[in-house]
Amino acid sequence: MSSSDTHAPNPHLAHHYETIEKQDYAVRLGMWLFLGTEVLLFAGLFLGYTVYRHFYHEAFHQASRHLDLWAGLTNTVVLITSSLTVALAYNAIKQGKTKLCAILLALTILCALAFLVIKGIEYNHKFQEGALPGKWYHYAEVTAPGANLYYTVYFLTTGLHAFHVIVGMSILIWILSRVLRGHFSESYYVPVELGGLYWHLVDLVWIFLFPLLYLI
Amino acid sequence: MSQPSQLHENKPPVYPAVNYLNADRGVWSWLTTIDHKRIGVMYLVSVLLAFLLGGIFAMALRIELLTPGPTIMGANTYNRMFTLHGVVMIFLFMIPAIPGVFGNFCLPLMLGAKDVAFPKLNLLSLYLYWTGAAIALGGMIMGGTDTGWTFYAPYSTSTPMTLFPVLLGIFLLGFSSIVTGLNFIVTIHTLRAPGMGFMRMQLFVWAIYATSIIQVLATPVIGLTVLLVGIEKVGGFGLFDATRGGDPVLFQHMFWFYSHPAVYIMVLPSMGVVSEAIATSARKNIFGYKMIAYSSLGIAFVGFFAWGHHMFVSGQSPFNDGAFAVISMLVGVFTAIKVFNWVATLYRGSIAVKTPLIYICGFLFFIVFGGMTGIAVATVSLDVHWHDTYFVIAHFHFIMVGAVIMAFLIALHYWFPKMFGRKYHEGWGMVAASLIVLGFNATFIPQFLMGNGGMPRRYYMYPERFWALNVASTAGSSLLAFGFLIILIYLIYALLHGEIAGDNPWDSKGYEWMTTSPPPKHNFAETPIITEDAHSYQEPGEEVEHVVI
Repeated sequence: MSSSDTHAPNPHLAHHYETIEKQDYAVRLGMWLFLGTEVLLFAGLFLGYTVYRHFYHEAFHQASRHLDLWAGLTNTVVLITSSLTVALAYNAIKQGKTKLCAILLALTILCALAFLVIKGIEYNHKFQEGALPGKWYHYAEVTAPGANLYYTVYFLTTGLHAFHVIVGMSILIWILSRVLRGHFSESYYVPVELGGLYWHLVDLVWIFLFPLLYLI
Repeated sequence: MSQPSQLHENKPPVYPAVNYLNADRGVWSWLTTIDHKRIGVMYLVSVLLAFLLGGIFAMALRIELLTPGPTIMGANTYNRMFTLHGVVMIFLFMIPAIPGVFGNFCLPLMLGAKDVAFPKLNLLSLYLYWTGAAIALGGMIMGGTDTGWTFYAPYSTSTPMTLFPVLLGIFLLGFSSIVTGLNFIVTIHTLRAPGMGFMRMQLFVWAIYATSIIQVLATPVIGLTVLLVGIEKVGGFGLFDATRGGDPVLFQHMFWFYSHPAVYIMVLPSMGVVSEAIATSARKNIFGYKMIAYSSLGIAFVGFFAWGHHMFVSGQSPFNDGAFAVISMLVGVFTAIKVFNWVATLYRGSIAVKTPLIYICGFLFFIVFGGMTGIAVATVSLDVHWHDTYFVIAHFHFIMVGAVIMAFLIALHYWFPKMFGRKYHEGWGMVAASLIVLGFNATFIPQFLMGNGGMPRRYYMYPERFWALNVASTAGSSLLAFGFLIILIYLIYALLHGEIAGDNPWDSKGYEWMTTSPPPKHNFAETPIITEDAHSYQEPGEEVEHVVI
């Protein structure tokens, strides 16, 4: 539009930005703000955790012993690995290595799937035992008052987190499909970066949930 | 000083032949538009409908309270009616009103930008608003909700009425609000015209910036909280249920962590509107630009740590009570700074006595009076007496209706020529403005007296000694309603047959007036370059030029 345009217009540049750098800066800033809102979404549940752990210290301690530590640990390793692969995928596309990026993204998605499967097995186990939230609680092993609230918090936090894993996985699948269609190159890779950022947040939330729920 | 003043030219005003309103035609072009101005106009229509609906519920409440006994409805209907009034006015009108309508319309113009940072997300926020509004309203009308807009546990988790649709609707409305806020923050950071540093932004932009920060940081918490109430109600998770070891006060903390800052989501944009309109009305540089800008951020910051003043009688520790009381009073300090600067801006200005000025005067009175009573209810010992009485209702409405709706009306009149290129009828504007300011006082001053006399809020019947005050309040509210009706009529008339306004009918220095009114589709023929500070009508030390607009 403006008379100073001498180079060919970038197809990714929206009409209301002057330069692609400014546009990239804007979308990154937008993503970081969005991640901030996600942190605050979880913050409410962390507050609930803090309050009830303070009220029912004994019940929280006992109930956490009855979670499957190995499943939790495996899931932690799986998610940290996926964070590594997604970071490497970003690095690959930045250097224009499309194939490598696709493989790494596929690995990340597999890790996400593995996480969900393990979490599903854990959930199923809890359903069998009757270690359920609120009024559904009938688990005989932990009877200290407030144990039902431990499982309320457990299911709410891990449930919301699992929902984010599913969303994150869907985003990565979409990005992978775009990588395979050759949409990205070393000159344009911002969506891969944003997808990766979101995935890191999903990972980070779990890094907090794991010790708070399993290791106390 | 670069542009010659339009007032001194004798050319007749022109209506731009091609503008954003007629550049594309058809309903579909509106529904799929990503133009911030059209989205602003669609928000305007939506929030006005919400306001009409909330207003009808309010009138129904006032008519019911005309006599001490049952008047026109049963007790359950009354409970549903005040819930509808609260939810519609707060979530569908107040929160999106100024940012959604005037923020969307004016912000990019004031920055010299072609659009907001993420135009598609902007349209998404409107659709989220519509979806949330439909679900919430549908749920309330079909199922009925009788909890009040605060959804306090344990009543909300045990009421026999359906609650889930309303809560889901509010969750979606919150999402819409977050998207708008996020969009504005990024827009302000990335799309300012060349030459515009942060200290050259108009004060409305500063106010929207502070508001957006609150929207982004506080809204996720209410989203989660309403979902938890829904889950608790449907699933019996026991989180807020004392019989299962849960803590209902935890709900109050989580609810007010959002809902207290939310009142600043409503008030801060109004303060921005007043800063704009007051400088234009006085034809004078805004007094204390920096202080007004920073005090917006100050209110946003302090507002996050004041939520406990809603819970003085919920069993907080005396230390918490005291801390929250002091922090709440700090909001008064920042507001007083603004009021001082506004009044100083008017001092020795060339004041144009037009409709916006009447509302500005109303606004200044209401925010001072409402603010002073706010300091009073933030005092723990006094609040114990006034808690849950009409005193709190009157204080809240002085700020929410008195300040916010006055500012909404200022914005509507001030930017009407900008948005539609036509003038409203000034005489009728003045009549309606006077009626509204008068009617507002008549409605809510009696409520202070009732509350101080001990009349509780949300009661359907009352002792006869409150009869006279209730009649006065209902009479005042009908004046208010009448005023709004007049505005509706003359604005619709102005839209169709109003006099052509010309590009800058107020002769304002605001950057949004640098383009045509209504603006072209992409706002500016060429990107403006900013060479002076915002609101600069005179050089430093220069006398105010007295002109008649």
